[in-house]
Amino acid sequence: MNDLTPPTHDERVANLKGMGHSRKRVEDARFTQGKGNYVDDVKLPGMLFGDFVRSPYAHARVVSIDTAAAMAVPGVLAVLTAKDLAPLNLHWMPTLAGDKQMVLADGKVLFQGQEVAYVVATDRYAAADGVEAVVVEYSELPVVTDPFKALEPGAPVLREDLAGQTSGAHGARRHHNHIFKWEVGDEAATDQAIGEAEVVAEEMVYYHRTHPCPLETCGCVASMDKINGKLTLWGTFQAPHVVRTVASLLSGIEEHNIRVISPDIGGGFGNKVGVYPGYICSIVASIVTGKPVKWVEDRMENLMATAFARDYWMKGKISATKEGKITGLHCHVTADHGAFDACADPTKFPAGFMSICTGSYDIPVAYLGVDGVYTNKAPGGVSYRCSFRVTEAAYFIERMIEVLAIELNMDAAELRAKNFIRKDQFPYQSALGWEYDSGDYHTAWDKALKAVDYDGLRREQATRVEAFKRGETRKLLGIGLTHFTEIVGAGPIKNCDILGMGMFDSCEIRIHPTGSAIARLGTISQGQGHATTFAQILASEIGIPADSITIEEGDTDTAPYGLGTYGSRSTPVAGAAAAMAGRKIRAKAQMIAAYLLEVHDDDVEFDVDRFVVKGAPERFKTMKAIAYAAYNQAIPGVEPGLEAVSYYDPPNMTYPFGAYICVMEIDVDTGVHEIRQFYALDDCGTRINPMVIEGQVHGGLTEALAIAMGQEIAYDEIGNVKTGTLMDFFLPTAWETPHYTSDHTVTPSPHHPIGAKGVGESPNVGGVPAFSNAVHDAFRAFGLRQSHMPHDHWRIWRIAHDLGLHD
Amino acid sequence: MTKSIIKLTVNGENHEVLAEPRELLIHVLRERLNLTGPHIGCETTHCGACTVELNGKSVKSCTVFAVQANGAEITTIEGIAGPAGLHVLQQSFREHHGLQCGFCTPGMITRAWRLLKENPDPTEEDVRFGMAGNLCRCTGYQNIVKSILAAAAEINASREAAE
Repeated sequence: MNDLTPPTHDERVANLKGMGHSRKRVEDARFTQGKGNYVDDVKLPGMLFGDFVRSPYAHARVVSIDTAAAMAVPGVLAVLTAKDLAPLNLHWMPTLAGDKQMVLADGKVLFQGQEVAYVVATDRYAAADGVEAVVVEYSELPVVTDPFKALEPGAPVLREDLAGQTSGAHGARRHHNHIFKWEVGDEAATDQAIGEAEVVAEEMVYYHRTHPCPLETCGCVASMDKINGKLTLWGTFQAPHVVRTVASLLSGIEEHNIRVISPDIGGGFGNKVGVYPGYICSIVASIVTGKPVKWVEDRMENLMATAFARDYWMKGKISATKEGKITGLHCHVTADHGAFDACADPTKFPAGFMSICTGSYDIPVAYLGVDGVYTNKAPGGVSYRCSFRVTEAAYFIERMIEVLAIELNMDAAELRAKNFIRKDQFPYQSALGWEYDSGDYHTAWDKALKAVDYDGLRREQATRVEAFKRGETRKLLGIGLTHFTEIVGAGPIKNCDILGMGMFDSCEIRIHPTGSAIARLGTISQGQGHATTFAQILASEIGIPADSITIEEGDTDTAPYGLGTYGSRSTPVAGAAAAMAGRKIRAKAQMIAAYLLEVHDDDVEFDVDRFVVKGAPERFKTMKAIAYAAYNQAIPGVEPGLEAVSYYDPPNMTYPFGAYICVMEIDVDTGVHEIRQFYALDDCGTRINPMVIEGQVHGGLTEALAIAMGQEIAYDEIGNVKTGTLMDFFLPTAWETPHYTSDHTVTPSPHHPIGAKGVGESPNVGGVPAFSNAVHDAFRAFGLRQSHMPHDHWRIWRIAHDLGLHD
Repeated sequence: MTKSIIKLTVNGENHEVLAEPRELLIHVLRERLNLTGPHIGCETTHCGACTVELNGKSVKSCTVFAVQANGAEITTIEGIAGPAGLHVLQQSFREHHGLQCGFCTPGMITRAWRLLKENPDPTEEDVRFGMAGNLCRCTGYQNIVKSILAAAAEINASREAAE
């Protein structure tokens, strides 16, 4: 072999670094050298800093705000209050959920940490001084932090602005603190099935309030250029294009005069989907002062005020035959939305995709009802590393299965296998209205059980229980099982929109004359590695090496409109758009190749990185040669250039699934746990970059570990946030985090152009029930049915204590 | 507030900055010296995104006053790569997928750099314990640990080859 030897087929495939290749990330060169560009790194001449005065009370009237002393602080240039925003009609803003939210306190405050006034100063120290000097007089009101108490007849009225409104964005309101009731399924038929059943298990499953807590908090820099009338807004936005539209609708500035830029984002996990008062105030402050204004929240503000997640009280009933065949599922959720309904869900789904709560199981009839409730807690309800409320749904059904197994006195793995939707049932219509695209649950489940030697573990557990009873050990063994099914990739425009914007996504590609390319997408990476993986999809589709394709996202002046990155939608939607745009490029390239080779279009075929004449592979044109010809040859009937754009409206969502098993040792006397083994099998359809997938799984599992084992946003009875710093809000370190074993099966999505389903959120969705079920399982032999998360050491100790294991 | 002159040697360069006594080292580095590699994640010493090297020790620069660092030798992520190119740790983090969003990475690598100076041949347990002051929300640490162990092995192998 020498330099003149043409590369083999396999060498050409390897050279592309396309789909299936564990390509190293192109982002890393910058990040490992401290050359990322996050919003707090944005620095503009004359830039000012904004900071909030926040309410110390969870519910109070604002009697007066005195800004005189603050204005006298050196460096303070302005203090905005609701009175200043009212003439612009910006003292309230619409939420993504069809409600409205105060930008700055308008007469009262409804949660601790609520924005009351916005101080603008020459630097962040002066702004903080200004915040200290603002004098706010409050008159306390009765506080309600419990959603059940909030619905009692005599409960304090929280939202006086809604007085007399008996219906909201999602139908009737039956109480002054009631937001909506959302129902899916046939309740009468479900009640009948459960009423006639041989075995019924009932349980209240609480998924506590927590927070996405990305390492970078939320922030923005607003810069209004009064000379050309253009507003530029840098920010930690998971959906920059939607932010541009919202900013235009709110401010009246035409959309072409607004440029929104999401620079590098230091993790999002749902925290950065919403629109926050800091953005509005910074824009107003920049318009008022004529200077750029930066606002970056600190960690306490982040945990107290922007985007909590979960807080679902899920009351379940599940019925089965004596043999363990499930016959019905009933779920009622009391959903604590805090002071404003600021959930980030597709408009028609006020409880997100909670109706995926039938999980991986063939359940003939089901019902879901969700009551949304106002309380004196922070607004939010975002999807923390999950598609809309899918983690709540997965936790609910995976707990209910465990409880049913106890009721049936049956092994929980066997119960699952008995009820899985079979491979031949796909596409499967669920009782709550979804069409599951594809799955092979039994294969995944059997592989997982075998990998951990499930039967051996159960024998060990039984031996351990006997030893414990004989007083020979104080440690119990828990085996946490989960088989989850997600619904991600929102979504078809026909039923998914946000603020009226259909949830498509987009990709635009330009092939340069010398055969390299740039592609721009409507999504935005927050660590997922889009610059690496989208290039791999395009490399395989177009035949240009991934290393020769630049990926850009996040600048609304250059990227095509898209709905952004959350709900595991980047691969299912924008990834599909990339593949479709790539195919348009290929179709044109085929015409050019045929012209150059002087054959009919149909006589050439695509082969890795070139078009070859059918039956004569020595006659070919590489994509590089075709790209050059596109720009320098006059080809009859073909426009010059080689570009394509695709806006992809998915025909259905995708349904990734997985089987997770957690083996946990629990010290009965201290409540301390040790994760001995964690096995995670994911089926995300076609795999684009196995290295990136594995990284996503490790990260999602660690966030699940945090949520299940200690992380919460807790309030006391008067609405004080008890977990406002990282001292109290649990983020696992390398020390607490176990080693994970990841595995996979591949069941492609039949409707996705490349068969990919998305994986970023699976490990969180499946991980939480796996950890929690392990804790429950450890105590199953001693009578535990249900104990609420987070399972921190004290709460586990409490379980043991209440079961009499310390006697 | 009265400002004072603070002398710092950062990544081998001498600087004099005028700062208020209350000004934090992280703000001086980021705002005055334009070294935006170290990040602010919590402002309470928990997350480690702001980790820099101060006189041979890893510190969280969000809770060090700049005046406390007067006269100090400081290394930030911007000073880790040498004239010959990236440090082994920087290459290893890329090779083993030890980062995702990149926000914790400068602090992580700066801390790992010190860890390997103090313990050139760590066990996995040593690394997990020694890195416990630096939080990551994306990776689940498994690949960070792998990156550091691989870097240690590579540094040791090249040292042995040189001897």
